[in-house]
Amino acid sequence: MGELLKLGGLGALILYAAIGTGLARDPAFLAHALIILVVASGVFLWQLRRYGEPAPVHDETVYMDGVVRAGVIATAVWGIVGFAAGTWIAFQLAFPQLNFEWAQGYLNFGRLRPLHTSAVIFAFGGNALIATAFYVVQRTSAARLWGGNLAWFVFWGYQIFIVLAAVGYILGSTQSQEYAEPEWLADLWLTVVWLAFLAVFVGTLVKRREKHIYVANWFYLAFIITVAMLHVVNNVAVPVSIWGSRSIPLWSGVQSAMVQWWYGHNAVGFFLTAGFLGMMYYFIPKQAERPVYSYKLSIIHFWALIFLYIWAGPHHLHYTALPDWAQTLGMTFSIMLWMPSWGGMINGLMTLSGAWDKLRTDPVIRMMVVSVGFYGMATFEGPMMSIKTVNALSHYTDWTIGHVHSGALGWNGMITFGALYYLVPKLWQREGLYSLRLVSWHFWLATIGIVLYAASMWVTGIMEGLMWREVDSQGFLVNSFADTVAAKFPMYVVRGLGGVLFLLGAVIMCYNLWKTVTSVEVKRPATAPVAAE
Amino acid sequence: METYTALRAFADSWHLLFMFLFFIGMVLFIFRPGSRKLHDESANMIFRNDDRPGGSSDDEDRPRGRKESEAR
Repeated sequence: MGELLKLGGLGALILYAAIGTGLARDPAFLAHALIILVVASGVFLWQLRRYGEPAPVHDETVYMDGVVRAGVIATAVWGIVGFAAGTWIAFQLAFPQLNFEWAQGYLNFGRLRPLHTSAVIFAFGGNALIATAFYVVQRTSAARLWGGNLAWFVFWGYQIFIVLAAVGYILGSTQSQEYAEPEWLADLWLTVVWLAFLAVFVGTLVKRREKHIYVANWFYLAFIITVAMLHVVNNVAVPVSIWGSRSIPLWSGVQSAMVQWWYGHNAVGFFLTAGFLGMMYYFIPKQAERPVYSYKLSIIHFWALIFLYIWAGPHHLHYTALPDWAQTLGMTFSIMLWMPSWGGMINGLMTLSGAWDKLRTDPVIRMMVVSVGFYGMATFEGPMMSIKTVNALSHYTDWTIGHVHSGALGWNGMITFGALYYLVPKLWQREGLYSLRLVSWHFWLATIGIVLYAASMWVTGIMEGLMWREVDSQGFLVNSFADTVAAKFPMYVVRGLGGVLFLLGAVIMCYNLWKTVTSVEVKRPATAPVAAE
Repeated sequence: METYTALRAFADSWHLLFMFLFFIGMVLFIFRPGSRKLHDESANMIFRNDDRPGGSSDDEDRPRGRKESEAR
């Protein structure tokens, strides 16, 4: 019965996509219909060939690590794609000739920019979050993932969402809302996948064999639930036609702006912060082989972060049509956020107290510590920039871009690299990493890359902010917009070079992880008899 | 009263109070006497069950979770 339902559902999807290829109102929808047609037909045949076979038995005495391994590979691959796209568009800004005439409308900066942001946040970061969530929830619950192959559905479903979104951006399907660019069809699909993710996670927590739910899981759960809520509310829209990618959002005007930045800032707060804090609270203690510095502080960190973050969005709309009280509210909560953020940073860093010597010998822990350092730096810079008077200078300048990247490259990137270096030997049962020297190389290339990036963006951001507001004795503006663009050129080149270094480090990581799997000896099982002394 | 005003009034009065009390209550609760042992135990739970789910190997009868620290 279940099999028939699946086949029926896939058949309906194939029919819809097949008709869609004929009636498509725009190229993006045509591409989406073709992708859905091919994928759904493939799954239909796969399902049909297995018709009547007994359902797969899941061995409850082993962890489900296959899906985590796939997630690790996807994270590394999408990371390279996203960093390469970012480096490319950085050079497009420095050298506009790179917006080739023949690729106008497809590969120019405007089309590639959302491709870059979605590739790094949702493809690289999202896969890292899903993979580590599945790994951590199993270990801390002492139970196999709930739902059988549902975890595989989450993994593949998420990759399909990424491909739909990326293809859509290139072909011009966008809602023009930052970090929420995908149109209604991809949005609906992501909702289905995300609810399945929530089900697998909560199902595993419910059947846990440990009494307590470890704090990392609280952060992961908050991340999953909040992202589901944000995604649905920000994407309430009516499609113009079910055969086209365009839709009309329900919200309009200042409400639309507020909902968008409630979404946008909490995508930062829950996707890029709470989820990655879940990683921090598991992988740093594991790598340092010491429990977290203060479990009490971690609980306070959790509740304070959850309570405050959700209100901080209005700081993206200072000096706009948003009511003043809402702007002030957003600013106040952003400043208050500084405290829980630094509480979390202290908790992560102090986990190493008594083991600081590991910083000298273990480049993986060095990476994790630097990531927490960048977390602290970005969560100080953020509240400062949310103050209205500071924002008057910083908003719409490259300072914002620098801030985002010290958070994304420094905090999210480095903690993910640390987690990957921890996970690969574990998941493929290897003795250790292929080369610690290469980890050191990655560490220094990435760190110097971020420093070049952040420093050049501070200089250019403050410079253009000051140039925009400069007036002469008569009260006339001194600089035209083009003057500021010309003045930024050297900093744009430095930023691009920083990106090259960061990308190079990630390529070295992929080589190192590849060699770890292919040429490091298999770890002997822990139960193997040890020679008696 | 229109919905906006009603929600706004609720948000900046009773809901604000609820969140404030919840937060204070949470802080008081985690500093309750006897919580240190439980928190130490929770902080250390990541160091077991690394390779196989609990209750799957020879330690089937071993008490799990918090009981473990009490037994020690």
